[in-house]
Amino acid sequence: MKIKEVDVAIVGAGSAGLSAAYQAATAGAKVLVMDENRLPGGQLFKQIHKFFGSRAHQAGTRGYVIGQQLLERVEKSGAEVWLNTLVYGMQKDCSLGVIHDGEHYVVKAKKVIIATGAKENYLAFPGSTLPGVMGAGAAQTMINVNRVLPGQRIMMLGSGNVGLIVSYQLMQAGADVVALVEAAPGIGGYGVHAGKIRRAGVPFYVSHTIKEVIGKDEVEKVTIVQVDSKFQQIPGTEKTFDVDTLCLAVGLNPMTELIWMAGCEFCFIPAFGGHVPLHDRNMETSVAGLYVAGDVTGVEEASSAMEEGNMAGVAAAEALGYLSAEDAAAKKAEITGRLNTLRSGQFGEKRRVAKEQQLQYMADYQAKKGGSL
Amino acid sequence: MEGVKFTGVPSAEELANCPGVPSEERKKKGRVACVECVQEIPCNPCEGICKFGAITIGEQITNLPCLHEEKCTGCGLCVANCPGLAITIVDKSYSETEGTVDFPFEYLPLPNKGDVVDAVSRGGEVVCKGTVLAVTKVKSYAGTAVVRLAVPMEYVDVVRSMKRLPRN
Amino acid sequence: MRIVEHPILDELDTTKKVTIYCDGQPVEALEGEPIASALMNAGIRSFRYTVKRHEKRGIFCAIGRCTDCMMIVDGVPNTRTCVTPVRDGMHVKTQDGLGSFEQKEEAK
Repeated sequence: MKIKEVDVAIVGAGSAGLSAAYQAATAGAKVLVMDENRLPGGQLFKQIHKFFGSRAHQAGTRGYVIGQQLLERVEKSGAEVWLNTLVYGMQKDCSLGVIHDGEHYVVKAKKVIIATGAKENYLAFPGSTLPGVMGAGAAQTMINVNRVLPGQRIMMLGSGNVGLIVSYQLMQAGADVVALVEAAPGIGGYGVHAGKIRRAGVPFYVSHTIKEVIGKDEVEKVTIVQVDSKFQQIPGTEKTFDVDTLCLAVGLNPMTELIWMAGCEFCFIPAFGGHVPLHDRNMETSVAGLYVAGDVTGVEEASSAMEEGNMAGVAAAEALGYLSAEDAAAKKAEITGRLNTLRSGQFGEKRRVAKEQQLQYMADYQAKKGGSL
Repeated sequence: MEGVKFTGVPSAEELANCPGVPSEERKKKGRVACVECVQEIPCNPCEGICKFGAITIGEQITNLPCLHEEKCTGCGLCVANCPGLAITIVDKSYSETEGTVDFPFEYLPLPNKGDVVDAVSRGGEVVCKGTVLAVTKVKSYAGTAVVRLAVPMEYVDVVRSMKRLPRN
Repeated sequence: MRIVEHPILDELDTTKKVTIYCDGQPVEALEGEPIASALMNAGIRSFRYTVKRHEKRGIFCAIGRCTDCMMIVDGVPNTRTCVTPVRDGMHVKTQDGLGSFEQKEEAK
């Protein structure tokens, strides 16, 4: 077993992790980023569409291009990046159990940032385990990273931005999207994303859900059924489609295992995808020196993940003395401004409220514990 | 239920109230941008890309983009730049019987100049045939092609794309 | 089906190929791609059988989180094929149930 000591250890080399690494390393900290995948970037490199937001958010630039630029900056910053590296556990003292290059390491860092993202939810219905039923993100990984079509005739369940965007990208990759099904009476994601796939001839079935998937060894047909205002199936409204793939875009769930292991306080916020760790405005949790950033703190989007990563990296660097209070305050103010913009408008409002709630829970916890931790 | 929230297609009312849509008079004068952005989302690249100041959003970037049609030259930079692919260029002065629609297109294969294709409405229905006048895919468009289609005049306000062409 | 030409992404470089074996059958793969990707490209969508009901499973999350895609890879069972890159000559076997290292001998 080997011991590796660094200033800042970051778990996850996605949008949040890379952003945190850049901030901390350019401030002068010794940074180690670890990711179990063979490629960095998390979900960012799969986003082949142009991002929204303002110029500061690189609006109009494709997600994977933003990812490449971020990666280049991190490489130049002096941060060490370990890929194909498994962080299997975290002790209460925040030391990390790591397997890298066939060796067992214990990584001891003065500050730890967990940016492990979120995984796709599953929905159970008859036939839901048949090969050909997969997460929408899985289909996105297959087409945009591996360059393989997961199927030819696809049905999408879920009309949030993931379902809408992946439907569009499946058609760009050459598949046919036969229908998009949504249980709620309205479309969850942006109207402009929905408009793209409507123009491509994809029919929307709102207030519908999956009744069953039919097939012997894999998906062959899918039957959908209308639901009432209480989401109960309405008999007689079944419609069956010939498809070979059913993608589930039914929400994401933060991958918080390491954070639980360290003994952090959590709360349950449905809008954020489930159990999320308490954290303050510096992204620091109830465990001193342990920070969180990105979707693991609550499912939002790539741009907010990058900003939360920036915040955690700046805060960790400041706490270690690599950034003066003034410099840190200026950077944090800019980051907060950009985060507030992302969380504005009819779509951002829900996330803004959820984040304020999470911060309030943290403030309440700190008050109960008697002020500073 | 009508409207973009329920169908993905803006309703007639949403379009009528949209500050990015040019007047009938302006469309008849020549090429002009038609910014069909009807939901308040944080997004403003269209404001920055226009060299003539014809699109404004303001400090609160969730504001709907406002088209200043007298300033718009119909250059089309905004069409490729909009992340939501919500902008087209329309021209009702093209001829007595036909108008043109420039729209963003991010599929393969691209059509060729001179092709006759199926033109589709906001909801994806084939409403008429269109003749491809131009296909532009330059580096600054970052992967988005812009197709210019000539369609019968009565469909200029209806056509917003073309049906995807079969692959190989 | 391999996506070579794409409206946004660069044309795929398909020159660096390797061969892996799935249940004894050769499968062409691109160097460095995950095993699951090579198999899906070859039309193979079932990777294992479940323990109790002997049902087929394929991929679900494709990012190494759900373990749906596990197969016996060069004798090692419970290998997540969606995050394990191919190697020329690799032997991949449909896993039946939980898998055990005793299957190591049968795999070769």
